[in-house]
Amino acid sequence: MIPTPTPASRPPGLRTLSIATVVAFCVAYGLVFFYAPIEAEEGFLQKIFYLHVPLAIVTLCGFVLGGLMAIMHLRTRDRNWDLRSYVTIHMSLIFGVGTLITGSIWARGSWGHWWVWSEPTLVSFLIIMLLYATYQPLRFAIEDPERQARYASVFAITAGAFVPLNYAAVNLSTAYLHPRVLGSSSNLPPSMALTLLVALVAIALLFATLCSYELTAKRTRMLLRSRSRILGFQGSGTTERRPDAARETPVPTSAPARAGVHAR
Amino acid sequence: MKPAGTPAVLGALLRKELLVELRTLQSVPGMSLFAVSTFVVFHFALNRTSVSGDPAAGVLWVTLLFAAMLGVNRLFVADAEQGGFDGFLLAPVSRTALLVAKALTLLAYLLVLELIAVPAFGLLLLGSPLGQALPDLLGVLVLADIGIAVIGTFVAALAVQTRARDLLGPLLALPLLVPIVIGAARATEPLLYASHPGHPAGRWLLLLGLYDLVFGLIAYAVFDFLLED
Repeated sequence: MIPTPTPASRPPGLRTLSIATVVAFCVAYGLVFFYAPIEAEEGFLQKIFYLHVPLAIVTLCGFVLGGLMAIMHLRTRDRNWDLRSYVTIHMSLIFGVGTLITGSIWARGSWGHWWVWSEPTLVSFLIIMLLYATYQPLRFAIEDPERQARYASVFAITAGAFVPLNYAAVNLSTAYLHPRVLGSSSNLPPSMALTLLVALVAIALLFATLCSYELTAKRTRMLLRSRSRILGFQGSGTTERRPDAARETPVPTSAPARAGVHAR
Repeated sequence: MKPAGTPAVLGALLRKELLVELRTLQSVPGMSLFAVSTFVVFHFALNRTSVSGDPAAGVLWVTLLFAAMLGVNRLFVADAEQGGFDGFLLAPVSRTALLVAKALTLLAYLLVLELIAVPAFGLLLLGSPLGQALPDLLGVLVLADIGIAVIGTFVAALAVQTRARDLLGPLLALPLLVPIVIGAARATEPLLYASHPGHPAGRWLLLLGLYDLVFGLIAYAVFDFLLED
């Protein structure tokens, strides 16, 4: 007998999360363009600050969060934690590319160069991105799914711990050479700080929504694949059309599906 | 039968590693030759007959790092291909012993490599005599080598079970080694000035020592999970 789709395939929070993200974005960028004052020295260009800084914060938090989820995976051996860790790191990588691009644009506008080595935050961010860029090649070069999850978790934990270490080392190497051009948010005027905070919330919500979508899509695809295996649709379904199907992390979704997988 | 204590296990593993290397000579001679060739390449690439200060420290550390990568790539290959892991896992001993033994092996490789590469560097590229800076340089080399050995062993264990192991090893290792390079190159730089060689600043030695310690703890914490099957 084929079980009806479980509610797990359609999480109830997804719609709420999406709407909240859209609302937060409207509010945040309304504040950016109509409320926050034009900065005296950099002018309109400084508005990219409200995109760049939240992206960077969310990316780094995502990397550390991915490491914490990997710890949970190794502790509980629940494959769902590995899937969450994978999705978080994947999304952080995408947000990280956005951070580097917006950072470059900002650097070009205010300092005249696309890249500056004197800014330790930017440099350490690049190193961290280079490290995390090997996460997917490492993961998908391991065929055994159980070992893939385990090794990816070990990588995620190490890299997550490397994030603050690397920042400290790079900061030490440049801090005494150049004073910071734009300091921390503590010396921002209140209207700018408020706008930054709302923008941060919006970007964090976007991150959560996209992660949630990717997670749902992956779970649905696995459910579909195991169902089509139960039904014996060898020639149709997603398995045949996707050459990279083996690269997906299989996660046991529901009891009948799991029984079907093991029966084969 | 009483299970063997950790020092005995460590000694046995280390003896096996060094014996294998002595009989096959597949890592250290290659690493040393690579280092010397790289100095020649640097001579032509930089178009200089001698270097000092900043660029000298850079040339030395880039060369040592890339030579170390050759050793890292080969570190676990024999164990993965010829059943060394299986044999080790069947033995009732602590798995951390393998991490420590491999790291000590890599450390020994690096020290032998530097025994050849550093005099070669002094002879071929360095503008000033090396003698005066040698005691300070030795300290920097040992501190950096410990870090390279720990990170190299961890990365080698992570990459050896993958399809693209030769590619992934250096890709994983280089970002993780950036703090080591920062510390080592900045500490070496004052030693290599032609006119008035100085001493390494304490902060770089501290950075190297702390990074070695923290990364050693991380590797110790996660290494067991790499050896489960």
